[in-house]
Amino acid sequence: MTEATDATPVTERTPLVELDGVSKYYGNIRALEGVSLEVHAGEISCVLGDNGAGKSTLIKIIAGLHQHDAGGFRVEGEDAKLGSPREALDRGIATVYQDLAVVPLMPVWRNFFLGSEPTKGVGPFKRMDVDFMRETTRAELLRMGIDLRDVDQPIGTLSGGERQCVAIARAVYFGAKVLVLDEPTAALGVKQSGVVLKYVAAARDAGLGVVLITHNPHHAYLVGNRFVLLKRGTMSGSYTRDEISLDDLTREMAGGSELDDLRHELERR
Amino acid sequence: MTATAPAPAPDTKADERLLKTSPLKKLLGRPELGSVVGAVAVFVFFAIVADSFLQATSLATVLYAASTIGIMAVPVALLMIGGEFDLSAGVMVTTSALISSMFSYQMTANVWVGVLVSLIATLAVGVFNGVMLTRTDPPSFIITLGTFLMLTGMNLGFTKLISGTVSTKSIADMEGFSSAKEVFASSVTIGGVDFKITIVWWLALIAVATWILLRTRVGNWIFAVGGGEEAARAVGVPVAATKIGLYMGVAFGAWISGQHLLFSYDVVQSGEGVGNELIYIIAAVIGGCLITGGYGSAVGAAVGALIFGMVSKGIVFAEWNPDWFKFFLGVMLLLATLLNHWVRKRAEATK
Repeated sequence: MTEATDATPVTERTPLVELDGVSKYYGNIRALEGVSLEVHAGEISCVLGDNGAGKSTLIKIIAGLHQHDAGGFRVEGEDAKLGSPREALDRGIATVYQDLAVVPLMPVWRNFFLGSEPTKGVGPFKRMDVDFMRETTRAELLRMGIDLRDVDQPIGTLSGGERQCVAIARAVYFGAKVLVLDEPTAALGVKQSGVVLKYVAAARDAGLGVVLITHNPHHAYLVGNRFVLLKRGTMSGSYTRDEISLDDLTREMAGGSELDDLRHELERR
Repeated sequence: MTATAPAPAPDTKADERLLKTSPLKKLLGRPELGSVVGAVAVFVFFAIVADSFLQATSLATVLYAASTIGIMAVPVALLMIGGEFDLSAGVMVTTSALISSMFSYQMTANVWVGVLVSLIATLAVGVFNGVMLTRTDPPSFIITLGTFLMLTGMNLGFTKLISGTVSTKSIADMEGFSSAKEVFASSVTIGGVDFKITIVWWLALIAVATWILLRTRVGNWIFAVGGGEEAARAVGVPVAATKIGLYMGVAFGAWISGQHLLFSYDVVQSGEGVGNELIYIIAAVIGGCLITGGYGSAVGAAVGALIFGMVSKGIVFAEWNPDWFKFFLGVMLLLATLLNHWVRKRAEATK
């Protein structure tokens, strides 16, 4: 830690989450090798990569589902090895998964507070504060522009974009400092993606550090401050917004020089 | 693709997509509904075809039959909402009774010691099921099938080894027998009609289970581990502890049932209980529990048990051949399953 302060300019704030050359192996399979990433408050760090690039593994390390095997993982400047999602949550890291964000058959209000239910009463009469839970769910969703007439409807009846928004609203409400979003726009249409990205930006403006995992450079460039490109488990590029244009990002993402070669080859015919 | 449009789209969009739900449709969404309608239909049916069905003594008999199934059906329903099965539930009742009887007879002079040892041992079987399931990969169907077979074998094996026959020795003359019988197998007389104490146990279990399910954090977790285990784990729900707790709930029900069995007769047949696990599951399914987990109610399972009681005794009161019982059961199960399937499709319509 101390030697790092010498090397970095004093203007740099301590990142909320910092990965420094992180690696992860599953047996003899190298899932992730030497990936570095910084997440700052009020910024969006995008992780881009094709299928199998190691995005899921990266998420699982940050979310506390897996532990890294090599490299440094720091939360607010402190070395960390998160043993469970609960531990990650306690340190202010909330992860919203593409498919696993909610339990479809459960009412919206039960989903909203799942795992962190407020209680009242003591001893055997300790119970969930249902009225508070319903009202808060309604109010928090209204703030995000989702006007539910009935918070008792199963969350499975909401659209994909709305479910993502509920999950984001939940993370913001529970005071997350870092929001990790796993492909939030992957299964959505253009309009729905716009709605979700708007709330991602809203979370950023609220002072959260956001990790946005995506394979869509257009979505990433709309909101991102930093871009990390993953390729076959290694980091193929890391840029801040002023270092790279959307065109370059798209090209890097699509394979960079390989794409140029392909274009040449195709144009010749 | 421009930046996010600042139009107030979400508000209006969310509204027009949200259809108004009529109170009737809301009622149809309750998990218990199918079973309540079924119970009323069965009640009316037997009230018409069996003259003696509406007598108070008949009612007490029906409730007794319902309670002996319901004491197990309620915790089994909670377990099913949590997404798991327990095929060992039927023989666990016999195991619990055997432990209580044999420990009392062989080790001490007071049956209450055996009753308490049996409680601990039965809960341990529940913990075994839960830990095996959460620590390993195979589905609960296989794991509890293993427990079922092991318990069936141990029930017969140990009983023959210890008492020489397939049934236990009578403990009726032992200290504490009469007080234990009061608790587990007595009758309460109301208006000249004897109601079995198991009905009280049953109602208490329904109340506690409903309270846990609908108003406590643990209830929220039960729905979540059954309806979306990975999602639940991701938001920090203690999935393993919840499931182990549910198996202990079933074991607790087995303990009450087992003690009732013992103190009703004072001896226990070691081969009993096989097949009952399916009856508990059927009662829970008729009561609206989804076989895939995440949906159901304790009250529904209790009503499912009530239907069981009414059909099994109603056939006797109507002086029909009891062989028809299984046929009625099959019809009820099919109707209930179809209704549940429709409910689930509706709930996940836009997924």
